[in-house]
Amino acid sequence: MHDHFGSQVTPHSSSNRQIFMATNTIERTAKQLVLTVQDYSLFAHRAVMNLFSAPRYWPEFLMQSDIIGFGSATIVLMSGFFTGGVLALQSAATLAQFGAAEVTGRFVSITMIRELGPVLTGIMVSGRNASSMASELGSMVVTEQIDAMRALGVDPMRKLVTPRVFSCISMLFFLTIVADAAGIFGGAAVTIFMNHQDGTQYFSQAWEHLRYPDIIQGLVKPLFSGFIIASIGCFYGMRTSGGTEGVGRSTIQAVVTASVLIIFVDFLVTQVLLTLLPPL
Amino acid sequence: MSETTAFGTPDPAPSGPDQSGPVVAFRNVSIGFDGKPVLNDISFSVAPGETRILLGPAGVGKSVLLKLVNGLLRPDEGSIELFGQEIATMPEKQLFPLRTRTGMVFQEGALFDSLTVRDNVGYQLIGEGVPDDEIDARVHEALRFVELDDTFALYPVSLSGGMRRRVAIARALIHQPELILYDSPTGGLDPVTSTTIIELVMKERDVYRSPSLLVTHRLQDAFTLCTHRFDKEQGAMVPLPDGQVDPNTTFLMLEEGQMIFDGSIHELLHTDNKFVREFLE
Repeated sequence: MHDHFGSQVTPHSSSNRQIFMATNTIERTAKQLVLTVQDYSLFAHRAVMNLFSAPRYWPEFLMQSDIIGFGSATIVLMSGFFTGGVLALQSAATLAQFGAAEVTGRFVSITMIRELGPVLTGIMVSGRNASSMASELGSMVVTEQIDAMRALGVDPMRKLVTPRVFSCISMLFFLTIVADAAGIFGGAAVTIFMNHQDGTQYFSQAWEHLRYPDIIQGLVKPLFSGFIIASIGCFYGMRTSGGTEGVGRSTIQAVVTASVLIIFVDFLVTQVLLTLLPPL
Repeated sequence: MSETTAFGTPDPAPSGPDQSGPVVAFRNVSIGFDGKPVLNDISFSVAPGETRILLGPAGVGKSVLLKLVNGLLRPDEGSIELFGQEIATMPEKQLFPLRTRTGMVFQEGALFDSLTVRDNVGYQLIGEGVPDDEIDARVHEALRFVELDDTFALYPVSLSGGMRRRVAIARALIHQPELILYDSPTGGLDPVTSTTIIELVMKERDVYRSPSLLVTHRLQDAFTLCTHRFDKEQGAMVPLPDGQVDPNTTFLMLEEGQMIFDGSIHELLHTDNKFVREFLE
């Protein structure tokens, strides 16, 4: 048997070629991944360092804080409230089997504050804002608006990226507090109106067993999530190519990468904080 | 004492190390993307007061060349001097102040969608912290230059293609640049609108005498620029007397990443280069 080039093809050489092609694909993908991580590291470094030198665009910072913070408040409030409610529903049924239904408040508050509040807020804001940052900046790239900005002597990293990163970090901190509070109130609503338990007991359990390490853990995580959402959203937006189709691709990549990274970094941060601040 | 320009600003004092030499000088510049060469060994210069028209078919690297001029792209090899300063290896941070001395008109205008025409045209002034009243006055002046004063408060989305280009020209000119780069300013426009745009380019050339580099694949635009002048009294372009051409308007031509022609309109029309002849015909 001969191939298109007239060379004799044996089963052995064919399998060698397949192995060679597979190796090539793996090598190319690995190189691409390393290159992307390197580009992202440099990008994130620049975005952060820009805050420490002029010019700083404070109006942009305030505008982005409004878009990210106020704009995401409703979805964070709703998702936090219903998550707290679901937690109360699920836990009360299980806890009742052990005669411990009264600790529902403790369970809901610690779970919301330590874990679900920060992660849920991160995922929700990622879906809303990482996508909008990637698509907005991506559209600006493909319509040469980013080049126009550079041609006018303005650094797009300073003007567009740095304000988004820092406003996202600061707003995610407050949004997480909102989600935590909404979750606890959601749990309370279910406990009082559906499980017909005592509300005072719920809130006293929720409050009394809360420790500083729980709060620290819950408020450190959104700082990382905020950074991930904005830096990934802007990173994929700024490296968009290929017209409107490219904008769509960047948006998907930004949301997927940011969501996965939020959960992965949450795992790492939890591990580190549990070591540094062990539960009492 | 500095003179005051039509845009109400003092004439920018010449700055940079070398104002007597060329405004732009390319020496053996090459660039490629994904291993594919786009421009190869390009050398040319733009002298003060000179208008250079870069001709060539679509996809030959004209826009890439223009973006190399103000450092929006970096060459793989060669040297690029802008206002006497080497920019091929200059850090991006140092390039920003240098770019403010140039004005660039992008292919599709590249106006900021989320900003009004006023904020688009006055973008640089807003960034410099110029008082609002002065910004308004200078934006009105720049918009009057392109005859679009009534679009002051509109958003780019409500403008036609030709109007967007004219606003882009106003944005490029408001800072009284020492070099203007036009990237296919008439591309995709109807003949009447194209003539309006070319008239504006000519007006800028003949009124302010700023050097410029204009990319186009439309021969009629290039020849109009060469054979006409802007008459301030009539407020319109008029043909130059018989056989005369603007001596400061010269041509460059690219083909397959190579600079195949650099000279006057007379030399262009009498060249033996086969590709140039085909292009002209």
